[in-house]
Amino acid sequence: MSETVESSQKRWGHLRKVLERPGPFCHPEFEPSSEILDFIMTSCKILIIGAGGLGCELLKDLALMGFKQIHVIDMDTIDLSNLNRQFLFRHKDIGSAKAEVAAEFINKRVAGCYVTPHFCKIQDYDEEFYRQFHIVVCGLDSIVARRWINGMLVAMLQYENGVLDQSSVIPMVDGGTEGFKGNARVILPGMSACVECTLDLYPPQVTYPLCTIANTPRLPEHCIEYVKVITWPKENPFNTALDGDDPQHIGWIYEKSMERALHFNIPGVTYRLVQGVVKNIIPAVASTNAIIAGICATEVFKIATSCCVPMNNYMVFNDVDGIYSYTYEAEKKENCLVCSQIPQELPIKDPSLMKLKEIISLLCESVIYQMKSPGITTTIGGKNKTLYISAIKSIEEKTKDNLNKTLTELGLKDGSEIMVADVTSPTTLVIKLKFMNNDVEMN
Amino acid sequence: MKNCQILSGFFNFLKITNSLCKKMSSPAPKSPEQSVKSKKYDRQLRLWGDHGQKNLENAKICLINATALGTEILKSLVLPGIGLFTIVDGEKICEEDIGSNFFLEVDTLGSSRAQIATQCLLELNPDVRGDYIDETPEHVMSHTQDFFNNFTVVIATALSEKTLIPLSKLLWEANIPLIVCRSIGFLGYIRLQVKEHTVIESHPDSENPDLRLGQPWDALKEHLDQIDVPNLDKKTRSHTPALVILYYFLKKYREEHNGLLPKTRLEKLEIKKMIEESIPSDEHGLNLLEENYKEAIHYVNTAVTPLKIPSNIQEILEDESCVNLTQNSNPFWIMCAALRELVQTDGALPLRGSLPDMASDTNSYVALQQIYQKQAQVHAEIVYRRADQIARNLGLGQDAIIENDVKLFCKHAAELHVMRTSCIADEYEKTNVDLSSYLEDSDSLMFYYIMFRGLERFISEFNAYPGQFDDQVEPDVLKLKGILSKLLNEWGCSHALRDERVHEVCRYGGAELHSVSAVLGGCAAHEVIKLITHQYKPLNNTFICDVISSNTATFCL
Ligand SMILES: [Zn+2]
Repeated sequence: MSETVESSQKRWGHLRKVLERPGPFCHPEFEPSSEILDFIMTSCKILIIGAGGLGCELLKDLALMGFKQIHVIDMDTIDLSNLNRQFLFRHKDIGSAKAEVAAEFINKRVAGCYVTPHFCKIQDYDEEFYRQFHIVVCGLDSIVARRWINGMLVAMLQYENGVLDQSSVIPMVDGGTEGFKGNARVILPGMSACVECTLDLYPPQVTYPLCTIANTPRLPEHCIEYVKVITWPKENPFNTALDGDDPQHIGWIYEKSMERALHFNIPGVTYRLVQGVVKNIIPAVASTNAIIAGICATEVFKIATSCCVPMNNYMVFNDVDGIYSYTYEAEKKENCLVCSQIPQELPIKDPSLMKLKEIISLLCESVIYQMKSPGITTTIGGKNKTLYISAIKSIEEKTKDNLNKTLTELGLKDGSEIMVADVTSPTTLVIKLKFMNNDVEMN
Repeated sequence: MKNCQILSGFFNFLKITNSLCKKMSSPAPKSPEQSVKSKKYDRQLRLWGDHGQKNLENAKICLINATALGTEILKSLVLPGIGLFTIVDGEKICEEDIGSNFFLEVDTLGSSRAQIATQCLLELNPDVRGDYIDETPEHVMSHTQDFFNNFTVVIATALSEKTLIPLSKLLWEANIPLIVCRSIGFLGYIRLQVKEHTVIESHPDSENPDLRLGQPWDALKEHLDQIDVPNLDKKTRSHTPALVILYYFLKKYREEHNGLLPKTRLEKLEIKKMIEESIPSDEHGLNLLEENYKEAIHYVNTAVTPLKIPSNIQEILEDESCVNLTQNSNPFWIMCAALRELVQTDGALPLRGSLPDMASDTNSYVALQQIYQKQAQVHAEIVYRRADQIARNLGLGQDAIIENDVKLFCKHAAELHVMRTSCIADEYEKTNVDLSSYLEDSDSLMFYYIMFRGLERFISEFNAYPGQFDDQVEPDVLKLKGILSKLLNEWGCSHALRDERVHEVCRYGGAELHSVSAVLGGCAAHEVIKLITHQYKPLNNTFICDVISSNTATFCL
């Protein structure tokens, strides 16, 4: 059976109505025709990132919206706690790769759909892989991964004489949920606000000061955090790193946290709380995931077919008290780290006082950078010089002394460029140092 | 780390605790065995707790019509583990069903939709039971009396007006919640009908702490009075909880103001200033406020308030159901009646008993926390005794009121919620609908509500969706316009619907887009979960979802 025949089947009658008839809310370029369904069935390639709570829903939704060329990428395996919402998985699938089980299920249930699974990290692929897709849709719980793919899609943009070549734009639809709250957005890289443009929307992670957990614990969380960051490394009970998925490990943390809480008279340590704190668990429920994924899938369909104008461009959703949503246009940041063409500058008050480690903590703590473990290199006198890299142990050993050196001591000058690499981006970020204290420069 | 003054002290402390840990490590408390269920449902138990889950597991849900929207709703209920579902659907599976409904298999064309959907949904969760009746809802209603009265919630999709009205009346009488949903093209509609629904745990996004520094009870007063804040040494002072500091300055303020509490913004500013200026400047002339002093200033706004019953709670306490209890009154209202008596004598709700975290040493914080908890227990005990007595006086059984339920009730007394929607049949039979206030804004989604009503009438009159047949789109636009203006006329509305919206709906021709149904299915299932668990506030009562512009709206009709 040829694909042309398939798209004219009665089975797709619902889709054909909105694709083969004109309407007042279509994109101005929309021309109703049977070729559109043909296009999404035969040529349109979609990448779904994540085969978890949102990913399973996205696969189902897109397969039933006519898409057949779907790839899904996820590095995780199936856990018992996924089964309350990740509906393509069964008890027998625990331990198998999410992407593979999900793809197999969809291919079996939706005849003619061909999902290709990738059981790996998004970082394992390069531009060449990502270039094959028409639209990328993300259902991730990790901000780092979201920033990485955003960076990748921006890096793939092509400019001619400073003008964006629109054919190099791969739209990205992104959804996220946390309990009864969620958000969905449409990003046209280089054209509308990207993930980095709106980085301040992500709340900072809750952290407990070390001195509180060590000296003046008051909450059960303080006791658990203490055992996690202090007692575990000290006692190293199983001669291995703490694994939040190992019930023996969690059991040990629970027992030690209970002891500590009893000692301080602090109520409220429960096994569930211990798990939550150790694994940083985000509550999740099938219904909210279904809503956000449905919104995202609809946007993918709109972008691919033009049969309706896409969302512009950010929706927040909350169903704690009734059902509430708000859609607004997130603005592209003029000097965005990632999607603007403007070189980044970092003002330095006094290079003879500013130490390298302070630059690193600035890159981690500032709202606009929010990096995880930046590695920094530069060129001095035409030669590449590694200032600090923590990810590779041998280099960390060799460069850690630089952390306490000032910028002047490191030989950096006003206008020097540092190249910063971090897990949050597939490319290195070039930052030009701007010394505010010109006396030093003259000396 | 910035606030940690003595790092070396910290490391000394570490050594001590480590040696302590080693000594204590032998007879450690055993960690509890986790059940498979609590592991499987872990991510949702964090939202509604084991008691919410128990309600879900006891719930019986009826779905009328296993359309794509219908099965999407059930999916998000089967996954979290409802007890049982029953599908009522007389349709046979057609090709369009297979193209839009995930819970039907390709080779089941022509089979009973109820049967196949039941099978496919049951695969999702072995904890859930399910059955089906492959008859139309009309048939079931006329042949099996009280059939629908056996359910916790009834969900209906693609239901005709003429069936909806009697079903609505029937469930209204039985006080069984009904959710009616429709998905067409990029548009969706959900209507919730419930005669009375009560919520103890609303889970508000933010709420003020319940601290009552202005009205301390004896134990709290005694505790706070004995701390001589100005004469504490610097180290102790920096570890004193904000409440202790605030209480001290509040006492000072009242001495200077005839015993009155600061009420106005200016008065609050005055006490804030007192706190701020009480710390002497350091050798550099800097006045660096410690964390706990900053917190004390922050708490002026929330910890020092006159005792007041929130108006929404007052309303509940004055409700007919609370004032005139009968043998049929449920525990919620009996507890409300007991609460009412406490409020009448104390002029305040029971103390919540929880203390927000604040900079402090462990012992000072824990001591304060225990005082709050104890007082909350005292209040809960009073309410429990009273509620138990009321239940006995009503002739109800000994276990009508459960102590732990009263504790939960008292802890959440400030967030109680009672919801009563209108009856759908009344809405449909009513002729004096005043929608004009909504229609001033031409972008209002209220226009889509009217559209859905027109759509239903179109289906009743012509037995087809507007635009269902390719060659009938234009004539159907005219027909639908006619119906809509007739409807608006009946309601006495002078506004007309924008033509483009009528065209758009006729373009859909009744098409059900899967992804749109997925959105609505999630929304409807979520409201059903709220109804079953009696947690979180449900929708009241009409929800319109416009996926064209990605906007939603809720109307109380
Ligand atoms: Zn950007």
